[in-house]
Amino acid sequence: MARKLLLENINVPGIHTFDVYRQNGGYRAVEKALKSMTPDAVVEEVKTSGLRGRGGAGFPTGMKWSFLAKPEGRERYLVCNADESEPGTFKDRYLMTHIPHLLVEGMIVSSFALGAKTSYIYVRGEMMPQIRILERAIAEAKNAGFLGKNILGSGYNLELYVQPGGGAYICGEETALIESLEGKRGNPRIKPPFPAISGVWGCPTVVNNVETIAAVVPIINEGGEEYAKVGIGRSTGTKLISASGNLAKPGVYEIELGLPVEEFIYSEEYCGGIANGKRLKAVVAGGSSVPILPANLILKTINGQPRLMSYESLSDGGFPTGSMLGSGGFIALDEDQCIVRNTWNFSRFYHHESCGQCSPCREGTGWMEKVLHSIENGHGKMSDIDLLVDVSKKIEGNTICPLGDAAAWPVASAIRHFRDEFEWHVTNPKAAMEGNYGLAHYADPLPKLEEEIQN
Amino acid sequence: MSDKVKVTIDGITVEVEPGTSILNAARQIGGDIVPPAMCYYSKLEGSGGKCRTCLVKVSKGSEKDPRPMPKLVASCRTGVMDGMEVENITSPEVIEARKGVVEILLINHPLDCPVCDQAGECHLQDLSYEHGVADTRYEFDRRTFEKIDIGDKIQLHMTRCILCYRCVYVADQITENRVHGILGRGDASEISTYIEKAIENDFSGNVIDVCPVGALTDKTFRFKNRVWFTKPVDAHRDCPTCKGKVTLWYKGDEVLRVTGRKDQFGEVEDFICNTCRFDTKNTTDWVIEGPRHISRTSVISSNHYEMTPLPVIIENPKLIEANKIEFDRATKV
Repeated sequence: MARKLLLENINVPGIHTFDVYRQNGGYRAVEKALKSMTPDAVVEEVKTSGLRGRGGAGFPTGMKWSFLAKPEGRERYLVCNADESEPGTFKDRYLMTHIPHLLVEGMIVSSFALGAKTSYIYVRGEMMPQIRILERAIAEAKNAGFLGKNILGSGYNLELYVQPGGGAYICGEETALIESLEGKRGNPRIKPPFPAISGVWGCPTVVNNVETIAAVVPIINEGGEEYAKVGIGRSTGTKLISASGNLAKPGVYEIELGLPVEEFIYSEEYCGGIANGKRLKAVVAGGSSVPILPANLILKTINGQPRLMSYESLSDGGFPTGSMLGSGGFIALDEDQCIVRNTWNFSRFYHHESCGQCSPCREGTGWMEKVLHSIENGHGKMSDIDLLVDVSKKIEGNTICPLGDAAAWPVASAIRHFRDEFEWHVTNPKAAMEGNYGLAHYADPLPKLEEEIQN
Repeated sequence: MSDKVKVTIDGITVEVEPGTSILNAARQIGGDIVPPAMCYYSKLEGSGGKCRTCLVKVSKGSEKDPRPMPKLVASCRTGVMDGMEVENITSPEVIEARKGVVEILLINHPLDCPVCDQAGECHLQDLSYEHGVADTRYEFDRRTFEKIDIGDKIQLHMTRCILCYRCVYVADQITENRVHGILGRGDASEISTYIEKAIENDFSGNVIDVCPVGALTDKTFRFKNRVWFTKPVDAHRDCPTCKGKVTLWYKGDEVLRVTGRKDQFGEVEDFICNTCRFDTKNTTDWVIEGPRHISRTSVISSNHYEMTPLPVIIENPKLIEANKIEFDRATKV
């Protein structure tokens, strides 16, 4: 069995209650941090651990914390981003539902490290049960003296609030989240200034993902160096993966970073292979916004190395042949799935969720969706495929926030890897409406790199 | 020593105050290297960053940190640093991105210029003339809206709107409560007032002046005339609410329209009040100062024969190369 750091006690009955959580070693990290460590030492420990943001971008958390401006006499805030709405990602919801105290504990330690006296957990509006669970957990922790004034006699005060969002995907972007938290329309702010300088109510703010904050607990308990031993290279620690799609056993798995993708899909410990004995066609490795990869490229990198579940290995090959770990939303598509339909579905999502602030994303996402819709429904033209690539290029990198990139990448990558399927949809509209393209050559072994041999 | 910072835009160096945006630094240089701006308005705090037409490439971050910025940046909201080097029209990447933004801005714009009151002084028209492509690749229905009256003097035709948010910032500045904003999301968002109320304020007419397209129009001027048939004249009057410095637009002896005085970037010098704009349309109300100077590139001055040298283009061979089309057009008299 692989090492579990976050979900170790997930199967203990009643772990969502304070008493059971405490009996199983909960809130040790708070005791350790508040009684024996300085805030800077906690930040240092997180830096040593090499923990990287689990929300998608993979930015080193310790570094992010050390960028926080600390002017005298100004409040600082920690905001937990629980606005999980990426299609294919559901790890944070799982964590908050079953082991909410882990998040509360992480929030206390992290707020202590950053010197925040008020912290917020911004939960997506649709997650009403999780909001109640978290509020209950906070009340329990407060009763036990882990929140409120003078926590454990250390003189440190902390108030923790749960803030429900309105259910917009864009509010998962940190500056839009801050706007929404302030009670405004959730439009991303123009950066700079970054939240570390001017965030909630103009005060320095750190926004972290649920899993990132939860991971601070094992880091403090076991020490940063011990945590850094788990994982591979610069991808340290464990990661929650939300596996979905045509898998035999979909669900949330905690893996050690560096696990081979092949093992993750096919081993009995994890997903147990593709459902109904079918063959794998494609994988979206990190939530809907990362580039989709065909079966042969997800199992092996272009250099023939086995692909691993880590930040570096998944992005190996860059944009042409790589993908990203993202937020860990692992979507597997079997041979009967239609890539065009899948791409259209993603595109429809981004069109619906674009905030409409900046022009390329507002108009471009709608354009892409309409073109994909016409291809999927048999009205496409050959020139539409190039048009899609061109429009995605016009959006990518030219927008205020990363939603533009997130909308452009799935389309661009699907066309790059599955161009024949798009062309088949255009040339055989009737067949495409009735059947599907099948596996074709997408699982074939990768060709040898002939250019390299010649050179 | 001076605490000004040095910034180089398309090879032209200028010294500006720290904290100036790249766009404003470029405006101090002037000429063709000024990035176009559809949403930024120097008089409106917080505006800018949305339309993405002013994207530029920062090829050198600053003297201290010479790394280039990874993406194109919105010049209206990016501050200059000492020693920064910016490429605008000399960078093919920027020109390409701008072309894309123009195309994208136009896919849901009705292109009803022949019946639009803004035609002739429309920023989107200028922008698509300079940077756009001749035909559209968009084959779907454009979004349309019903016309809405915002008060008895202003009409909102949302179909033409490019969602620059300028009017929202005007309303935010002149009113205490939020009465005018955006409803909806994505390409379904629309400008609206609170349950279609009027903005009740003496300065509400300024939303017409700031609108870069014909989405907000003056109902006292609608369909009266084309702007290039009218003659702009600077005038002032003793107004108790505003400074009273306006431009009158004459057709014969009749004042058809009163607007604020717009500078070469299409921004008004002072906001004017509704009384000046809508209710004082007699020559006797005004003290005439003289004809309003309009840039010769504008269609409004098509009957004026004046030639100003192009300050930037002629001296810089790199710019001439980058700006060939504009150069040919400008020198062909």
